[in-house]
Amino acid sequence: MTTASIDNVLLLAGLLFTIGVAGVMMRKNIFFMLLSVEIMLNAAGLAFIAAGSHWGQPDGQVMFIFILAMAAAEVSIGLSLILQIYHLHKSLDIDNLKEMNG
Amino acid sequence: MQTMLWIIPALPLLGFLLLISYGSRLSRRQTAAIGVGSVLLSACAGLYAGGQLLLHPSLVYEVTLWTWIDIGDFHPAIALRMDALAAVFVFVITLIGALIHLYSAEFMEKDPDYSRFFACMNLFVFAMLVLVLADNLLLLYLGWEGVGLCSYLLIGFWYENPANGHAARKAFTMTRIGDTALAIGLFCIYYACKSLNIVDISTAAPLIFQQNPQEATLIAFLLLGGALGKSAQLPLQTWLPDAMAGPSPVSALIHAATMVTAGVYLIARMYVFFELAPAVQGLIAVIGAITLLVAGLSALTQYDIKRVLAYSTISQIGYMFLALGVGAWTAAIFHFMVHAFFKALLFLGAGAIIESVNHEHSMFRMGGLRKKLPIIFWTFMVGTASLAAIPLVTAGFYSKDQILWYAWGARHGQAWLWSMAWVGAFITAAYSARMVLLVFWGPLKTEVTSRPRWSITFPLIALAVCSTWIGFVDLPHNFGHFTPFSDFLHHTLPLTELRADPTTEWMFQILATVATVGGLLLAYSYYYIHNKRLRHLANQPLFRRLHRLWLAGWGFDKLYQTFISRPFLWVTKANKADGVDQLYSAMANITTSLNQRMAALQSGSLRWYIMGMVLGAIILFGLQLLL
Amino acid sequence: MTLIYLIVILLAGGLLSLLAERRSPHAPRWVALITTCASLVVGLLFWIQHYPQIIQSPADHWLERFQVSWIPSFGISFHLAIDGLSLILLTLTSFMGILAVGCSWNEIQEKTGFYYFNLLWVLAGVAGVFMAMDLFMFYFFWEVMLIPMYFLISLWGSEKREYAAIKFFIFTQASGLLMFLAILGLYYIHGQNTGVYSFDYFDLLGSTLPPSLAFWLMLGFAIAFSVKLPLFPFHSWLPDAHGEAPTAGSLLLAGLLLKTGAYGLLRFVIPLFPDQAQAMAEPAMVLGVIGILYGAFLAFAQTDLKRLVAYTSVSHMGFVVLGIFAFNELALQGVVMQLVTHAISTGALFILAGMLKERLHTRNIDQMGGLWSRMPQLGTLGLVFALASLGLPGFGNFIAEFLILMGAFEESRWLTVVAALGLIFSALYSLRIVQKIFLGPQERYGELPDFTVRERWMMAALALSILWLGIYPQPIINTAKPAIVQLVKLMDIKPDTTSQHHYGP
Repeated sequence: MTTASIDNVLLLAGLLFTIGVAGVMMRKNIFFMLLSVEIMLNAAGLAFIAAGSHWGQPDGQVMFIFILAMAAAEVSIGLSLILQIYHLHKSLDIDNLKEMNG
Repeated sequence: MQTMLWIIPALPLLGFLLLISYGSRLSRRQTAAIGVGSVLLSACAGLYAGGQLLLHPSLVYEVTLWTWIDIGDFHPAIALRMDALAAVFVFVITLIGALIHLYSAEFMEKDPDYSRFFACMNLFVFAMLVLVLADNLLLLYLGWEGVGLCSYLLIGFWYENPANGHAARKAFTMTRIGDTALAIGLFCIYYACKSLNIVDISTAAPLIFQQNPQEATLIAFLLLGGALGKSAQLPLQTWLPDAMAGPSPVSALIHAATMVTAGVYLIARMYVFFELAPAVQGLIAVIGAITLLVAGLSALTQYDIKRVLAYSTISQIGYMFLALGVGAWTAAIFHFMVHAFFKALLFLGAGAIIESVNHEHSMFRMGGLRKKLPIIFWTFMVGTASLAAIPLVTAGFYSKDQILWYAWGARHGQAWLWSMAWVGAFITAAYSARMVLLVFWGPLKTEVTSRPRWSITFPLIALAVCSTWIGFVDLPHNFGHFTPFSDFLHHTLPLTELRADPTTEWMFQILATVATVGGLLLAYSYYYIHNKRLRHLANQPLFRRLHRLWLAGWGFDKLYQTFISRPFLWVTKANKADGVDQLYSAMANITTSLNQRMAALQSGSLRWYIMGMVLGAIILFGLQLLL
Repeated sequence: MTLIYLIVILLAGGLLSLLAERRSPHAPRWVALITTCASLVVGLLFWIQHYPQIIQSPADHWLERFQVSWIPSFGISFHLAIDGLSLILLTLTSFMGILAVGCSWNEIQEKTGFYYFNLLWVLAGVAGVFMAMDLFMFYFFWEVMLIPMYFLISLWGSEKREYAAIKFFIFTQASGLLMFLAILGLYYIHGQNTGVYSFDYFDLLGSTLPPSLAFWLMLGFAIAFSVKLPLFPFHSWLPDAHGEAPTAGSLLLAGLLLKTGAYGLLRFVIPLFPDQAQAMAEPAMVLGVIGILYGAFLAFAQTDLKRLVAYTSVSHMGFVVLGIFAFNELALQGVVMQLVTHAISTGALFILAGMLKERLHTRNIDQMGGLWSRMPQLGTLGLVFALASLGLPGFGNFIAEFLILMGAFEESRWLTVVAALGLIFSALYSLRIVQKIFLGPQERYGELPDFTVRERWMMAALALSILWLGIYPQPIINTAKPAIVQLVKLMDIKPDTTSQHHYGP
C-alpha cells in the first residue's frame, strides 16, 4: 500500500480550498456559491484526515465526521433557504438579491 | 438689665416678621403702627441703654444669646455688645430711623405695597443694629450683608421699572465686591488671631502683629476694601447716585444716615489694625480727600435734587474717611452723627418737595417754592446751612471744622490734605447754595399740587432742631473745654494726637469760615445775581466739557462698563452653550460619523463580505508569517 | 435593624405603588407619600435616639452596623453601617423624598404607578449608597439609583428627554464602570496581599497598595464621584438632565444624586487612598475653583430657568470639592453644610421652576417678568431662595460657603481668593433670576394663582429649614463631627505634601 505523502495531500486540500474560495467569490448564483462552500469544507476535512494519519491519531477522523454532520445540516438548511429565495424573487443572482443600502 | 440688650434689635425684627407674615391682612393704620412703633420702641430702649452708658462710664453691655457655630477653635456666637461707639450708632440708627418711619407712614400712603415697604425698612433697622452691636466679626458680616440686602430691596422698591432694578443690582453687586474683600479679611484675621471676637482681636493684635506688620497691612487693606464698597468711596462710589431710584425715605435712612456710614463704623471699630498699618491709614486719608473733591465737583453740576444730595453724601463720607485717615477717630464719628441728622433732613425735605411738585426731580424746573412750602423751606434751610457749615450756629460747622483742623493738626495730618479738605468745604458751600437758590428762589416753575401733613413736617422739624443743637456736644478747644462727645467715645476709641500747636486753631477756623462764605457767595453771584454770567460760562468749551464730565460722575460708570461689564457680558454670552459640552458633543459626533462610514460597508453584497473575510484571513496569515 | 428598614420601606413602597395603580391612578401617590414620611420618621427617631451618643464625640464614629453574609465565596456580605455623616444625608434623603412626592402630586398624570415606583427606588438606591459598607453592595446600590432615574427622565421628561436621559446614563454608567474596575482591582490586590478576598470596606481600609497602582485605583473612584458631583470638566450632563427631567427628577438629582458623589469622595476616596488624595489635592482644588467660576458664568448667560439653576449647582459643587480637598475640620464641616443647604436651596429653586412652568407653560425667563405683583408669596419665596443661593448670611448656604472658604484659606490663599470671586458672580446670577422672573414690567398672562395649600406647606418647610440651618447649624455640625474628626486625623498623620502656611507668633 503506497502512502501518499502528507505534503501532497495538504497541497490537494489547499487546492480544493482555493477552488472553493474562488468559486464563492466569483460565482453569481447562490446555488453554486453553496457548492463552493461545500468544496471548502471538504478541503478542510481532507486536511484533518491527512494530519490525523500523519500523527497516527484518530482525532482527525473524528473531526471529519463532525464536519460531515455539520455540512449535511448546513446543506439542508442552505438548500431550503435557496429554494425559499427562488420562490420569492424568481432569481438566484446574488447581485440582484441585495436589499440593504449600506 | 445688661442682658436685655437684645431687645433693641429684636423689636424691629418682630415688626418685620409681623409685617411679612400678616402684611396682606393688615390695614394701613395697623401696618404703620407696627412699622413705626417697633422702631420707636427700639429707639426708646436704645436711648435708655445709651443713657446708662453715659452715666456709668465703665459700663459695657454684653449679652450672648447662643453659640452660632462651634467647630474646633472657631466658635463665633450670636452675641451683642454695646460700648460707646456702638451706642452712638444705635442712637442715630434708632432715632433717625423712627423719625423716618414716621415720615414714611404718610409719604408712602398711596403706595399699594405699603406693608412690604415697612417690612423692608424694619428689616433694615434690624440688620443695621446687628451690624453695630455685633460682638464678633462674623455677626457683623451678617448685619453688613443684611443691610446690603435691604438696600437692594428698597432701591428696587418700585420694581416695575427695569431701571430701578438695574440700580438695585448695581448697588448690591458693587458693595458685594467690597464685602468679598471683607470676607477674605476675616479669614486672615481668624488665622492670625484664632478668633473673630472684636474685643479679643483688638487686644491681641498689637502683640501678634509686632513681628508681622505685612499681615496687619494686608488685613487693614482688605477691611478698607469692604468699607469702600459700603461707604461708596472711590473707586466703588458709582452705585450711590443711581441708588436714588428708591423712595426718598430710603435714601434718607439707608443712603445718607446709616448704611453708607457702615464703612466708617468698621474702620473705627477695627482701628487697631489701621494703627498697626500706617500705610493703609494714609491711604484712607488720601481716598477720603480725593473722594470728597471728586464727589463735590459732581454735586456742583447735577440737575436732579436727589443726585446732588447723593454726591454730597459721598463727599461728606469722604470727610469722615479723611478724619479716620489722619487718626482723628472721634472727629469722624462726630461728623457721622451730625451728617446723619442734617442729611436725613435734607433727603426727607427733598422727598417732600418732589412729592409736592408732582414728582419733579429736576431743580431747574422747581423754583420759587419759598413761599409755597414754608415749613419745608425753613427746615431745608437749616439742613443746608449745616451742610455748608455756616459758622457758630450750625452743627455741621463744628464737626467739619474739627476735621479740617485735624487734617492739618493731627499726627498724620498733612498740609495738602488740609488744603484739599478746604477746597472741598468751599465746593460744599457752593453746591449747597446753588441747590437752595434753584429750588426756593426765582420764579415758580412747577405748581405745588399737594402740601405735607404733620407726620411729614414733624420729623423735618425734629431733625432740624437736632441738626442745630447736636453740634454743641463737642466744641472746639478754643471755645472752652466742652467736649462730652469725644470724652464719651474715648472709652472706645483712642485719643487724637496732635502735631500742631493747638493755639493756632483759631486761624483754621477763620480759614474754614472764609471757604464757606466764599462758596456761598460764588453760588449766589452765579445763580442769583448774574444769571447771564452762568450762561456765558456754559458757552466756553472747556467748561462745557468739564460740566459734562462732572455731571456723569467723572465717567467712572463708562469706564467700568467698557472694561468690566461689557467683557463679562460678552464672555458669558459667547459661552452660553458651554464650550466643554461642545467637546463631548464632538466625541458623540465623531462616533456617529464613524458609525455611518462603517454602516456603508454593510452593503448587503455577499461577495464584498467574502472578499473582506478572505482579505482579513490573508492579512492575519501574513502577519503570522512576518512576526 | 433600623438600617435595613430604611431601605426596605422604600423598596416595598415602590412595589406597593406599582400594585396600587390598579385600584386608582391616584393611589400610588398616597402610597409614596406615606412611605417617604415613614422613612423620615424612622430616620428622625434614629437621630434623636442617638444624638446623646453623637455629641459625646466617641472615638468610634459608627453608630450602628448590620451585617449578614450574602455571597460568602466571593467575600460579599450585606453590610450596612451608619455614622453622623450618613445619618444627615439619609434624613435629607427622606426629606427630599417627601418633597419629590409633593411636587409630583398633580404634575404626573400618566403611568403613576410606575412613576412612583421609580421615584421610591431611586430613594432606596440613594439610601443604600449612603449606608453600604461593602463595595460590591455599594456598586449595586449605585446602579439601583441610576436606572430608575433614567426612566424618570426618559419617560416623564420634557421635549428633549431622550437625549438628556441617554447622556445622563452614558456619563454615569461609563464613570461607574471605572469605579467597578477600581473596586475589582482593590479586591484582587487586597486578596493577593492578605489572602482574604473581601469587598468589605473595613477590611479594605488599611490595605497597603503599591503607590503607582493605588493612584489609578483612586482615579477610578474619583472620576466616578466627580462625574456625579459634577466636577468641572465632567459637568455637561447636568444641565441637560436637570432641564429635561420632571420637577421631582430635578429635585432628586440636585438634592441627592449629586450628594452621592461628594459622599463617595468623603467615604471612600479619602479613607481608602489618603496619600493619593493628598497628592491630588492641589489639582482637585483648582478644578473646584474653576467649577465655581465656570458654573457661575454659564448660569449668568442661561435663559432656560432649569438650566440656569443646574449651572448654579455646578458652581456650588465646586465649593464642595474645594472644601473636601482642603482636609481640615472647618472646610469639611462646611462641605457637609453645603451638601444639606444646597439640596434645600437648589431643590427649592427647581420646585419653583416647576410651579412656574405649570402656570406659564414655559421655562424661558425672557418670557417672564413682573410676576411678584401677581403672585406675591411665590415671589417672596423665590427671592428667599435666590438670596440663599447667593450665600446671604442668615441662610445655611452662607455658613457652608464661609466655612469652606475659611478652611481652604489655610491650605491655599490664592485659590481661596479666586474662589471668593464666586461670591460676586453668584450675586450676579441670583439677582438676575429675581429680576427676570419677578421684577420688571408685567407681561400679559391669564389667570395666575398663587400658592396652593400643598405648595405653601412645601415651600414653608424648605424656607424654615434653610433659615434654621443659617441661624442654628450646630445640630448638623455636632452630628457630622465624629466622622469629620476621624477624617482630619487620618489626613494629619499622613506626611504633608502640600505647602502649609503658618500664622501667628
